[in-house]
Amino acid sequence: MIKDKLSRTPVSQQPLIVKKEEEGGIGSFVEVEINGRKIQVQMGTTILEACRQNNIHIPTLCYHEDLCLAGLCRICVVEIEGMRTLQAACTYPITNKLKIQTTSEKVRKARRHILDLLLSEHYGECYSCHRNGNCELQSLAKEYGVDGYKFGHITERRHTVDRSSYSVIRDMDKCVLCKRCVRTCIDLQEVGVLEATHRGYDTTISTFYDKPLADVICINCGQCINRCPTAALKANDPSDEIWVAIDNPKKHVVIQTAPSPRASIGEEFGLPPGHSMTKQLNTALRWIGFDKVFDTNFTADLTIMEEGTELLNRLKKKLVEGDNNIKLPQFTSCSPGWVKYIEHFYPDYLDYLSTCKSPQQMFGALIKTFYAQENNIAPEDIVTVALMPCSAKKFECNRPEMHSSGFKDVDYGLTTREMAQMIREAGINLPDLEGSGFDDPFGDASGAGLIFGATGGVMEAALRTVYEIVTGREVPFKNLEITPCRGFEGVRQASVKLEGTLPEWNFLEGVDLNFMIAHGTANAKKVMEALVRGELENIHFIEVMACPGGCIGGGGQPIPTSPEIRKKRAEAIYNEDRGLEVRKSHQNPHIKYIYEKFLIDGPCGHISHKLLHTHYVKRGKFIA
Amino acid sequence: MPIMNDTIQFNVGEHRLALEKALKLTPQDIVMEIREAGLKGRGGAGFPTGTKWLLALSAVAEKKFVICNADEGEPGTFKDRVLLDEYTNLVIDGMTIGGYAIQATEGIIYLRGEYKYLLNKLERFLDEKRENNQLGNNILGTGFNFDIKIRLGSGAYVCGEETALIESLEGHRGEARNRPPFPVNTGFMGYPTIVNNVETFASAAIIISKGADWFKKIGISKSYGTKLVSISGDCKKPGVYEVPFGISIRDLLKMVEADEAKAVQVGGASGQCVPESQFDRKISFEDLSTGGSVMIFNKSRDMLHILKNFMEFFVEESCGQCSPCRIGNKKLLEGIELIEQGKCSYTYLNELIELGKSMQLASKCGLGQSSPNPFISILTNFENEVFSTK
Ligand code: SF4
Ligand code: SF4
Ligand code: SF4
Ligand code: SF4
Ligand code: FES
Repeated sequence: MIKDKLSRTPVSQQPLIVKKEEEGGIGSFVEVEINGRKIQVQMGTTILEACRQNNIHIPTLCYHEDLCLAGLCRICVVEIEGMRTLQAACTYPITNKLKIQTTSEKVRKARRHILDLLLSEHYGECYSCHRNGNCELQSLAKEYGVDGYKFGHITERRHTVDRSSYSVIRDMDKCVLCKRCVRTCIDLQEVGVLEATHRGYDTTISTFYDKPLADVICINCGQCINRCPTAALKANDPSDEIWVAIDNPKKHVVIQTAPSPRASIGEEFGLPPGHSMTKQLNTALRWIGFDKVFDTNFTADLTIMEEGTELLNRLKKKLVEGDNNIKLPQFTSCSPGWVKYIEHFYPDYLDYLSTCKSPQQMFGALIKTFYAQENNIAPEDIVTVALMPCSAKKFECNRPEMHSSGFKDVDYGLTTREMAQMIREAGINLPDLEGSGFDDPFGDASGAGLIFGATGGVMEAALRTVYEIVTGREVPFKNLEITPCRGFEGVRQASVKLEGTLPEWNFLEGVDLNFMIAHGTANAKKVMEALVRGELENIHFIEVMACPGGCIGGGGQPIPTSPEIRKKRAEAIYNEDRGLEVRKSHQNPHIKYIYEKFLIDGPCGHISHKLLHTHYVKRGKFIA
Repeated sequence: MPIMNDTIQFNVGEHRLALEKALKLTPQDIVMEIREAGLKGRGGAGFPTGTKWLLALSAVAEKKFVICNADEGEPGTFKDRVLLDEYTNLVIDGMTIGGYAIQATEGIIYLRGEYKYLLNKLERFLDEKRENNQLGNNILGTGFNFDIKIRLGSGAYVCGEETALIESLEGHRGEARNRPPFPVNTGFMGYPTIVNNVETFASAAIIISKGADWFKKIGISKSYGTKLVSISGDCKKPGVYEVPFGISIRDLLKMVEADEAKAVQVGGASGQCVPESQFDRKISFEDLSTGGSVMIFNKSRDMLHILKNFMEFFVEESCGQCSPCRIGNKKLLEGIELIEQGKCSYTYLNELIELGKSMQLASKCGLGQSSPNPFISILTNFENEVFSTK
């Protein structure tokens, strides 16, 4: 239904069309010889893939599973019999019988030369580098036994570090020009902030007219950071300031933790992807010195209440009252990368966005009002930290609108990676810890809030609640698992029929609630283009997450990332949901409590509007 | 400036009927004739033109393109300029014949930015061809449609590399693509495309005009026909010459009256530097291949200085995408600076030569694969001179 007209797929990446044997082709399998071993591979498989399938290691640097092929670094070169030059294994498609050598003298020499060249231009030392121990360049140096600088070593900076952005810091002196960030930003995310500029030795990755990152259309998704093999890109790390707050006895430092970091932080401590560390993490945070540990899922549940109510209100106004100013479909607004994307790229469509703040910001506003009052703590003494899988959350908490408590609602956004670093620094080995729960008054949340972390999760959580509000019954899916919401396809569409509605919602009787889910802004763009073309008239609700895979693939998550890793993390989240008692936001007792005690005029009421809702900025693509 | 010597094969008048003749043949016949003539790419790489055309002809696609590479950027070449200026008809007919041979309908001339002054003249010429029904719809009543437009380059040397040229035509950074897939399958806008040098198209027209057998009478086996060379440097009669393949450097020098030569750089900055002891070597694909550039240096020239010039050129002109070329050329240049200062050990020099060999093997495109050539050939052939003075 949604055609992708604008995608810029480099021609060299277009799939190879392989004729089947009966069509006169050479057949769909072909035999190659790698290091003397005969191997059958599918036509069109790259040499690198063929080697990986057969456990033959080929070093790579510019190659990344999520990205289109580039063939830039040349570290993966192999020798093919009969060819004058070496070929890049990552880009060379096998279409005929080849004899390949992956470790011949020429190959080893060339690789070592390339590595020596890269190192000669690489400013700084590993021990003063945040990627120490998790850096692909460093690993290559180790793999090839580099023990000196054959071609010298640069001793002065050639670039200044761009610290302008709240989210992403760029240090181009550590850049190896693999262009993974460029391909991430242009091809994977279709934002297009970064591109190579200049030529030859002066080539560098830069922004539009070399403006500071904060001044261009960067949506802060941090996807480029996750795919950078070196320390050239990193998130803007506030942990020093957080330590200061923790060390200050006058400050009451609270932390809220989002669902996705728990599903991934184990990776930072050597566990394979897919281990939830929720309870251990709580203990670690207390050991570090946070005064309270809260669960962001609480406000995720709250978001469902607010966003679900907002949707029902919109439907009512449009369908019953015939108000044509009401915009449908309603888009989710909990992904700050997505919010900034739509502000830049579709500034005329901001009314389609839910006015709900993200769970992070709702929490911040409640901590410095409701929580402060209930516990008699002066809000100015409270420091709120948000542990997030996301680099865009750092920008979000610094938006000037986010002061509805009268203070900066959330003081610091901290990524999973930075949290892991703080935990390490505190001498804690996370997997060794005993578990512990979350603190009141927000307590443990529902499974609905938890699954926010995976793409489709917000939709699923919202449906569990909306369906029940409207019909008084549970969603008609086994175990409450709304399977059409799950999966990793870029744009998914499904519907739920509303039947047997309660009297108040009679106007929705028999209506198919149509929803869509998109993850990654490239997919969001497809949805938006369809909206612009007027093709989404009968869609009601659309979930968009800026990051591929949703928050579990966020820009603050452990490095590396790959489709496989993201899938494991999502499984961890769904498994945890399955094990919970309360799995619907509206049944969370703490949610009921807060609507009784504090947000007394209910979802989308006056108080909630002041604290939990926001407005957006028409940014456009004008760059000053 | 015309071609300097008596033309052997490039005689404008004689080839007027090439197009008409071609359109009476089938595309397959043309491709076979070109293959039969053993025509190889005149831009320097020497890929068999017939094979390229055959691959493009057999590719199935709704559209195909013919691109004329007129981005003559190799230092020391200026023969394509002469062809475009004085032998325009031969070039345009060659492109049209290529279009017919691979069944394309569109041709593009990628004209070097610095040749902008030729643009109007070329446009006028294309108009004339259209008026004479030798371009456009239903060419010469044969039902074959083909038209040509001209695009200007922006001065990047690397855009002479065919895939970088295509990227540039598509509006992207001029950077070489991964191969395979090759342009004959996946070229301009993803369609099958042949990219040939100006001279290659002209030669193709000549072959169709006079036949493969006639063409093969000149030259030596594996390198048939003639080659246009642009000769510059220390000689009395610099200029563009048509020479038969197989001519020795010594004969070339005699022809242009270069008496004092000590070295000849064949193939431009990325070519080979030939010392006096090797002046019997021949211009041909199997020995000294050249896209057309021949630079002569006499006894007064400082070879290290010449080399430095070349390497500065490459450091600047590398597109910068692949690491061996981007950083490697810089390291070679720094090595030359060390030699100048008398600080380069033999060990380090050997390391750099090894590095050059790795660059030749591992770089992504022809630029990086050939940029170490002058470094290696000058420092091996003129080692004594270079080190005796430093
Ligand atoms: S980016 Fe990698 S190689 Fe470079 S200093 Fe940091 S850890 Fe070392
Ligand atoms: S943070 Fe996202 S939008 Fe910004 S440069 Fe990186 S990939 Fe592009
Ligand atoms: S910033 Fe990182 S990802 Fe981008 S080109 Fe440099 S090293 Fe590669
Ligand atoms: S060899 Fe040089 S010019 Fe060619 S792709 Fe590599 S960097 Fe660019
Ligand atoms: S990994 Fe193959 S060229 Fe970089």
